Amino acid sequence: MAVEKFPIEASHIMMFARAVNDGNPIYYDADYAAKTEPGAIIAPPTFMQASAQFDPEYSLRPKVGQPWFGSGKEASGVKPGESGGGGNKGTLHAEQHFEYHRHPRVGDVFTATVKPGKTWEKAGRRAGKLIFTETITEYRDSSGDLVVTARGVGVRTERPATAG
Amino acid sequence: MTLKASELEVGATHTAVLAKDLKRTQLVQYAGASGDYNPLHTDDLYTREVAGYPSVFAHGMLTMGMTGAMLTDYVGDGRLLKFGVRFTAQVWPGDDLQATATVEALREEGGEQLVDLKVSTRNQNGDEVLSGYAVARIDS
Repeated sequence: MAVEKFPIEASHIMMFARAVNDGNPIYYDADYAAKTEPGAIIAPPTFMQASAQFDPEYSLRPKVGQPWFGSGKEASGVKPGESGGGGNKGTLHAEQHFEYHRHPRVGDVFTATVKPGKTWEKAGRRAGKLIFTETITEYRDSSGDLVVTARGVGVRTERPATAG
Repeated sequence: MTLKASELEVGATHTAVLAKDLKRTQLVQYAGASGDYNPLHTDDLYTREVAGYPSVFAHGMLTMGMTGAMLTDYVGDGRLLKFGVRFTAQVWPGDDLQATATVEALREEGGEQLVDLKVSTRNQNGDEVLSGYAVARIDS
């Protein structure tokens, strides 16, 4: 996800921590956080994934005035063969890796740049041919320092992968 | 809480329950917080009739996020240097999830004491849904 401006905000961290069942007060209580080793509210380990919120082109978010492929009156808002409507062509998330050069904290503003990585294929047991695609995302702070390196691997399957 | 190398040994484990009877509402919560609104995770009609899965299923990143809480509760806040996973099976509403970190190595690098951890999250049937690793800075 290429993002020009990903501001790290306290309420976003609070909501994200709740969503991953993480009750650690360092993610919502600034007074508590001030007394911890990091000394401030920091981001939970997988938070940088939420930079999708700040990617104007992100295809898995309904956009104002545009079709959306989720259900409404019909099971999908987009007819087969129709273009647009969002989605990611049935790609599932196969791997995710984070390297923390430091931990993001409230007040940081990041840029995210994306570099394509490797692509490879594998024969799956149930889902037919599996096509893997790797992307590397670098999150830099306003000084240009690299803070988090994220490597994601997506997999596209020929058939639904019901057993993973 | 911080871990101390002097009090740890290879093979030591830490386990946490991540979810009991995982609720669809939590998938909705994760969609909203992360910004990933893929209907596969929140829209049962689309997921069954168009995508061909038996029901909605959890974002892999929800499982990784919950597993991350187990890790930071173990190694301490701001101590992780690396955390990476493979998603090895899907997580469905109603699942119970339990995550374990196992100490694989204790080592020094650049004057810092580090721990290498193997990370595994399993469902109520014992099937592994997430397999990974973490590296954390610990005290000596």
